[in-house]
Amino acid sequence: MTLRTRSLAALLLGAALACGAPAAARADVTLLNVSYDPTRELYVAFNRSFAEKWKAETGETVTIRQSHGGSGKQARSVIDGIDADVVTLALAYDIDEIAASGRMAKDWQAARPHNSAPYTSTIVFLVRKGNPKRITDWGDLVKPDVRVITPNPRTSGGARWNFLAAYGYALDKAGGDEAAARDFVTRLFRNVPVLDTGARGSTITFVQRGIGDVLLAWENEAFLAVEELGPDKFDIVVPSVSILAEPPVAIVDQVVDKRGTRPVAEAYLNHLYSPEGQELAARHYYRPRLEAVAQRHADRFPKVTLFTIDEKFGGWTNAQTRFFGDGGVFDQIYAPGR
Amino acid sequence: MAIDAFAPDTAAAAPRVALSEPRVVRLVLIAVALGFLVLFLVVPLVVVFSEALAGGVATYLASLTEPDALAAIRLTLLTAAIAVPLNLVFGVAAAWCIARFEFVGKSVLTTLIDLPFSVSPVISGLVYVLLFGLHGWLGPWLQAHDVKIIFAVPGIVLATIFVTFPFVARELIPLMQEQGSEEEEAAIVLGASGWQTFRRVTLPKIKWGLLYGVLLCNARAMGEFGAVSVVSGHIRGETNTMPLHVEILYNEYNMVAAFAVASLLALLALVTLVAKALLEWRYADELAATRRH
Amino acid sequence: MAGLLLRAGSWRKPSVLPGFGLALGFTVTYLSLIVLIPLAALVAGAAGLGWEGFLAVATGPRVVAAFKVSFGTAFVAACLNAVFGLVVAWVLVRYDFPGRRVVDALVDLPFALPTAVAGIALTALYAPNGWIGALLEPMGITVAFTPLGIIVALTFVGLPFVVRTVEPVLQDLEAEQEEAAAVLGAGRTRTFLRVILPAILPALLTGFALAFARAVGEYGSVIFIAGNLPMVSEIVPLLIVIRLEQYDYAGATAIAALMLAASFALLLVINLLQSWMRSRHGH
Repeated sequence: MTLRTRSLAALLLGAALACGAPAAARADVTLLNVSYDPTRELYVAFNRSFAEKWKAETGETVTIRQSHGGSGKQARSVIDGIDADVVTLALAYDIDEIAASGRMAKDWQAARPHNSAPYTSTIVFLVRKGNPKRITDWGDLVKPDVRVITPNPRTSGGARWNFLAAYGYALDKAGGDEAAARDFVTRLFRNVPVLDTGARGSTITFVQRGIGDVLLAWENEAFLAVEELGPDKFDIVVPSVSILAEPPVAIVDQVVDKRGTRPVAEAYLNHLYSPEGQELAARHYYRPRLEAVAQRHADRFPKVTLFTIDEKFGGWTNAQTRFFGDGGVFDQIYAPGR
Repeated sequence: MAIDAFAPDTAAAAPRVALSEPRVVRLVLIAVALGFLVLFLVVPLVVVFSEALAGGVATYLASLTEPDALAAIRLTLLTAAIAVPLNLVFGVAAAWCIARFEFVGKSVLTTLIDLPFSVSPVISGLVYVLLFGLHGWLGPWLQAHDVKIIFAVPGIVLATIFVTFPFVARELIPLMQEQGSEEEEAAIVLGASGWQTFRRVTLPKIKWGLLYGVLLCNARAMGEFGAVSVVSGHIRGETNTMPLHVEILYNEYNMVAAFAVASLLALLALVTLVAKALLEWRYADELAATRRH
Repeated sequence: MAGLLLRAGSWRKPSVLPGFGLALGFTVTYLSLIVLIPLAALVAGAAGLGWEGFLAVATGPRVVAAFKVSFGTAFVAACLNAVFGLVVAWVLVRYDFPGRRVVDALVDLPFALPTAVAGIALTALYAPNGWIGALLEPMGITVAFTPLGIIVALTFVGLPFVVRTVEPVLQDLEAEQEEAAAVLGAGRTRTFLRVILPAILPALLTGFALAFARAVGEYGSVIFIAGNLPMVSEIVPLLIVIRLEQYDYAGATAIAALMLAASFALLLVINLLQSWMRSRHGH
């Protein structure tokens, strides 16, 4: 028994030591990019491109660590202390919350061009091949026999864009009548059978589990789903109007100052605005800001009338409290006795 | 208990037969039980392996040897290698004082040890965020001294220890209570030291129960999802345990890889069950009579 | 040393065995560090809300609905487990059939299988395009992404409890009583209802309560298969996570504290049931 105890102890110790050894060769510098769900593929390619560029320019090896999840969850991790050098999230409000916690400057959005959003996107519909329910615009989503898949706007950044796009459409349609717009989104959400917490969860539900007739999705997510899972299964439908989604990026001041990584973090985010970065964004179906790159990929991105959150809803902070706060418009949709 | 004594006489004719159910009833009951178990246990298990192997053996092995998967496996092993021994030491200490001594507050202590069993795993993670998060009780101090607990390995280990806390203790307490303390008392009276008594008298009596508890503790430690998910931060290749890696792969449309890693965990579960069954068959009388978890 | 101080007190029965102080000291310290202090942080956080604030969170319609979903589905799952668990235990103890030992070992699978694995496996099975979901679809039954899906997942995680508590009691049941009942002319059904069932009732209830307690807090296996619709299929642990992701720490803490109180109450009920069981069977 003693022998056995000893060998067990040795085994455990051995395992502990083996695991304690660093997984990868030590890099000169590391960055942690805390991002949201649909950017996984983009940042795999972009991180490679940036590492090469940084190596060529400074001789330093940079390793970028990634964390992905729902935008709100990711911002929560940063607030609670995950040491993210940069955040690349789904909407400005989530970064505002990080700034409010004191981890970065409150005016972060002015630090980079285009509201600190190096690429944009919009919300489109993904439908089953041949569009059996004949869904062509937002108005079709409230038909009684249409099942709509969207994530939960209270936890998913993408879902908030979905919600606001639908609301904005209804507002236009009703000539600015708030009650009518509210009624429209209420009817729309009554057609939602599953409310996942993140954009990826919804895509899985729609694509893999075969639930629903239409998925409200980021444009890039919809294209990716079609690309990954076969163009013979899904069609993309572009509505008459949609929202201009600006996923912003920022540096977490507290972290880069402590770790001394500001220069490389700055270079990392700026690389997103460079022609290479913009090219990669476009290839992953994010709409580039650079005119030249946008021209080159013009056939990739369908023309659609886009409105911004500032012109329709007076910015994120207003929209957040009004629509997604406690007791806000979204909560009222799910209030009992609706 | 009122039983109608003058009811039909068939029973009196063949009392032995009446102690069992008619053949049809027996078959139906066996069918119901097996059907239920097949539906809820066997089919899900089969699905895991069939989905994992859907892309062929080569794809299966490739998804398991990819760097992020290896990092997740390493982290899971490390977490279990820390959490299980700690809970083992705790379990022995707790069982020693609860099963060998009478003291005020013993039942309260026993109840508190059981508490992590009934606390939702999400809450187990949340409490550590409240304690060690940047805005938690100890957060600012940890930040100032550059100590990382949550979103790093220590937080994952802590959350795992919390959820697997009672396993060894729960196994040992009833076992040691049943065995009584006469032999240990005799050893002490005959002049053995406390440590000698424990090693020579107690340990041989409880070793199989101990192993049994460790087995269950280990299975849960390697498979915990909810608690770890709250404190992990999901940094690829760094703070993802195997169950979290399964979720990430699942969210990347990579079903085959997700189920491949899941199948590894399922394999671990099966090995645990086999080891457990062997222990139960061979050492049934040395394990506590009332086994529950 | 703490041990000496403790030994001076009269609050424990004297014993010749050493190590009490050390063992108790370590147990209490470890318990405090890992379990009690963190839980105290939770309770203190909830207390910081004030009674009014706490009540406002606790009585919010979405919170109430989530509690109803969690407790309702856990109750149904525990009932299913009580019925089928009893049948399984009965079959395993009383009958012999090929593969009985394998089946007996398999019952513990939910203890050993990680919940996330169970979650994705059950979802893959019960989704409309899964093996079982495809069979149920034509009958108009949707399991995945409805409260029914939650019940399936919770039945899975709670499955071993009833079987494992009832099994030993059934094994130890004296044959004399059943024989007496049979000799006195009671039918088999009647013997079961009047003799066997009362004898195993405490064990059955304990198993039920354990399965229920486990199911109420379950997260990993449920989130994959539940539709997560507010008011319909949103469970309490998920609501805590959602609140957290909305930066509503106070709300998350309050709901968690409520949940903790419920767990504690359940634990007390289970302890009572177990001492009842022990007094009946000497286990």
